[in-house]
Amino acid sequence: MNSTAIFINIFALSCLIGAFIKDRAKTKQSLKVAVKSFFRILPTVLIIIILIGLLLGFVPQTQISKVIGKHAGFGGVLVVALLGAILHIPSLISFPLAASLLKSGASVTAVAVFITTLTMIGMVTLPLEIKELGKKMALLRNGISFVIAIIIGIVMGAIL
Amino acid sequence: MKENVKEKQRKGMKRETILLVVTLIITIILLSIFPDKQEAVTTASWKFFIEMILILPAVMVLMGLFAVFVPKDMVVKYLGKTAGIKAVFLGILMGALPTGPLYVAFPMASALLKKGAKISCIIAFLSAWACIKIPQEMVELQFLGPRFMAARLVLTIVFVVIMGISIERLIEWSDKKESKSMGGKDDASI
Repeated sequence: MNSTAIFINIFALSCLIGAFIKDRAKTKQSLKVAVKSFFRILPTVLIIIILIGLLLGFVPQTQISKVIGKHAGFGGVLVVALLGAILHIPSLISFPLAASLLKSGASVTAVAVFITTLTMIGMVTLPLEIKELGKKMALLRNGISFVIAIIIGIVMGAIL
Repeated sequence: MKENVKEKQRKGMKRETILLVVTLIITIILLSIFPDKQEAVTTASWKFFIEMILILPAVMVLMGLFAVFVPKDMVVKYLGKTAGIKAVFLGILMGALPTGPLYVAFPMASALLKKGAKISCIIAFLSAWACIKIPQEMVELQFLGPRFMAARLVLTIVFVVIMGISIERLIEWSDKKESKSMGGKDDASI
């Protein structure tokens, strides 16, 4: 077990103990929610893990780094940004997917852009957002998020 | 309403389980055609599976705790009555705490809008909800490391604040312009 995993588990455990001291009934309810969400997300997690295995096993690193690698140019970043904006997968699973891309030769910029557009922009949920917040605000939020995702990616590529 | 959500969840779960079985079958076929890839694929999948399963229960416990201990109406109440730049940062904090997909946050944002909360605060809230939730950051920490996670967190907060303020200005400016041009039309008709 690596130190990050230990830290995360200790963090969750201390929150759990703190919550238990504060309110037993609510903590019990939280654990019920946790068990339910665990099994709810498990199939999707397993699908992504299998896809990661196939990606790392079948697609050669040179191919990935040619499209979205360090020296691939801006076109690849744009493609990844668009892909992130269109795809609708739970954000929790986007991180292992991003890690596998990074491992197989993608640049930090491409990976950061992918995570940011994937989480911030939702083409699938845009109609709902327009209905709840109005056309102006929804389009501005999604549009500007797309631009700042690319800026965040470029800055991260420069500093990491 | 609640029954409806449950029904939808059950359907989604069924769909994902079928998708999982299909993925497994395709993978097994692929690996029997290309036996030389077997080891690379299974090693990579197994490594990611271990990394995920070590933290997934903890992440789910955190999500469960936040879901129960941070009720939605409390978030709306707090954000509705704060003003200024403080509201933007409170928006980020309140967005990072509760859990659920982004579409759960839209009705909350709409309630905030009706309550007269600042647009910059609502944008900050939605953006934080989307990409810097605490359980989500834990998964990022595990898979991409502390440097990547910290850098993206800080940059996201900075740009979300800038974005919130600019969208507020833009909407105020265009509202003003719209009311002015409507006034202009009235003049021309006379």
